[in-house]
Amino acid sequence: MKKVRILIAKPGLDGHDRGAKVIARALRDAGFEVIYTGIRQTPEQIVNTAIQEDVDFIGLSCLSGAHNTLFPKVVELLKEKGADDIIVFGGGVIPPEDVDFLKSKGIKAIFGPGTPTEETIKFIKENIKGE
Amino acid sequence: MDDMNEILKEKERWENSTVKKSLEKFPERKKDFETFSKIKIKRLYTPADVNYSYLKDLGFPGEFPFTRGVQPTMYRGRLWTMRQYAGFGTAEDTNKRYHYLLKAGQTGLSVAFDLPTQIGYDSDHPMSEGEVGKCGVAIDTLKDMEILFDGIPLDKVTTSMTINSTCAIILAMYIAVAEKQGVPTKELKGTVQNDILKEYIARGTHIFPPEPSMRLVRDVILYCKDHLPQWNSISISGYHIREAGATAIQEVAFTLANGITYVQKIIEAGVDVDEFAGRLSFFFNSHNNFFEEIAKFRAARRLWAKIMKERFNAKKPASMMLRFHTQTAGCTLTAQQPDNNIVRVALQALAAVLGGTQSLHTNSRDEALALPTEESAEIALRTQQIIGYESGVADFIDPMAGSYVVESLTNEIEQGAMEYIRKIDEMGGVMKAIELGYIQKEIADSAYAYQKAIENKEYIVVGVNEFVKPEEPPKKILKVDMEKELYQKEKLRKVKESRDNSKVAEKLKVLKEVAKTDQNIMPAIIDAVKALATLGEISDALREVFGEYKEM
Repeated sequence: MKKVRILIAKPGLDGHDRGAKVIARALRDAGFEVIYTGIRQTPEQIVNTAIQEDVDFIGLSCLSGAHNTLFPKVVELLKEKGADDIIVFGGGVIPPEDVDFLKSKGIKAIFGPGTPTEETIKFIKENIKGE
Repeated sequence: MDDMNEILKEKERWENSTVKKSLEKFPERKKDFETFSKIKIKRLYTPADVNYSYLKDLGFPGEFPFTRGVQPTMYRGRLWTMRQYAGFGTAEDTNKRYHYLLKAGQTGLSVAFDLPTQIGYDSDHPMSEGEVGKCGVAIDTLKDMEILFDGIPLDKVTTSMTINSTCAIILAMYIAVAEKQGVPTKELKGTVQNDILKEYIARGTHIFPPEPSMRLVRDVILYCKDHLPQWNSISISGYHIREAGATAIQEVAFTLANGITYVQKIIEAGVDVDEFAGRLSFFFNSHNNFFEEIAKFRAARRLWAKIMKERFNAKKPASMMLRFHTQTAGCTLTAQQPDNNIVRVALQALAAVLGGTQSLHTNSRDEALALPTEESAEIALRTQQIIGYESGVADFIDPMAGSYVVESLTNEIEQGAMEYIRKIDEMGGVMKAIELGYIQKEIADSAYAYQKAIENKEYIVVGVNEFVKPEEPPKKILKVDMEKELYQKEKLRKVKESRDNSKVAEKLKVLKEVAKTDQNIMPAIIDAVKALATLGEISDALREVFGEYKEM
């Protein structure tokens, strides 16, 4: 079976990458293949990388407040490129009232501050598509 | 005086009799106790557990090595500056918040800029989409800056501005606003962050490669030396290094190592160290481990004083003083049970005050969720006022001095930081250590260890991994809506329409010429902002000459 591949990405201008790096490492330690984009990526760059790297999941991290613009854009672009089998989840400083909005736009899960990495790992395991 | 050997002997006796008996019935909570920096915590500190010379290592406040504080009378003279970092939406919105905070008794301003402003993009740039006014105020042209400080006399307030890559542009705008208000630049008081090295390390708002970035830092410092003599031309920041996951020791080490790099840069320009070192300022984090944090501030002061005296041969006391701003640790705020954050912030703020900070920002309870509401920002300010006016701590100078615990921790943090600085020196300095990814990796390792410690409950976070309860989301959250972005873009369009575009083009051309030489860039930038060149246009001109930095 192919190893599960995950892209951790920082969309927009936000430079706070502590969470992104921690989750990337935790997922790697959990046995997944993880690619971290580094900071300041456009949604286009993220989607292109995701397709090139043939990932199963994209994890988006944003602490600047731009999530409502940037997260849905990633999902839209995936659809446009016919890659909407890639599951998108996110994290960062995201007010509870935005969580429902983001989910309605196709972001499968939002992990706010204080989420144990175990919870994200569990989410990945539960959402791995059967071969 | 007690004989130290006698104390040690007695301590051993106490361990083997009284303690031993007690442990049989009441074991300690953990096998080993240690601070966040992995400093081993002894069961008990006695005079024999700490080694220092009072006159040499502590001395007196306002005198070398400044362990006990940089001012002779500390808060007995004047309390620290209560400076709440604020900015959101448009200049109009933020100006309103400043008037509110000043009326509530805040004593200094601190400007938060949005990310496009910090990274040199105008509000109408594609990269700015969704970010305009989000985590700070949007500034595109001098017009915005005038609105931001409308009704605020710049000779009466001190203003701190968190701006790095575009520091020279924002400072130029501030100078232009002062000129319009009729305030001479020599009367301006405040701070620009202007600390590019920690952007590569931890904060991520860099634009240009390190070399030209360091030149911009230098130009701002030297321009301020000649024209804004009361201005702090750099705020060498450990805050973000700590937020990125560093320990207290790493925070001190990497911050002072950056400081060393800046001092070297200015000295290389042929300027005597005593001519500028007095205007260097610092910015630290105040985190959870109470005693370790107090010790950290004291250790940083002592170590910097020694570095300036011994390494750089500074002669003036002011050149050796580590004056600093503190912000409570944003990364300790919880989204769960957010009102608990008020208590966390109070403890962290108290540590900063006991550590002798010159100014302080206290975080608001809702900042793990969004920017603070006005009500939350007020509670945060009141927290400082309660410490300052009610608790009585401000009447004592360096009250933790002589505590066996705090003096011991102060020594350990200083030694740990010196060890790191030595390592970085051996690598060839900070720029090299950044290039090798050494500093970033050290911080990332600490961040991961911290997360693990929370997940295995080695560290308890109340409301997160213990004492959890189901809860309702908080009622009031500050939202910056998309209309702000549209409004800001419209304002920018109007400025571009009404200004003299040929004059802008000419000023930008001159700027590019100056950028290619080694001349100070500030005058050309001031001319450009006065001609209403936008922040993005000026940044693009510099991008053309300097190129852009690519991470990794």
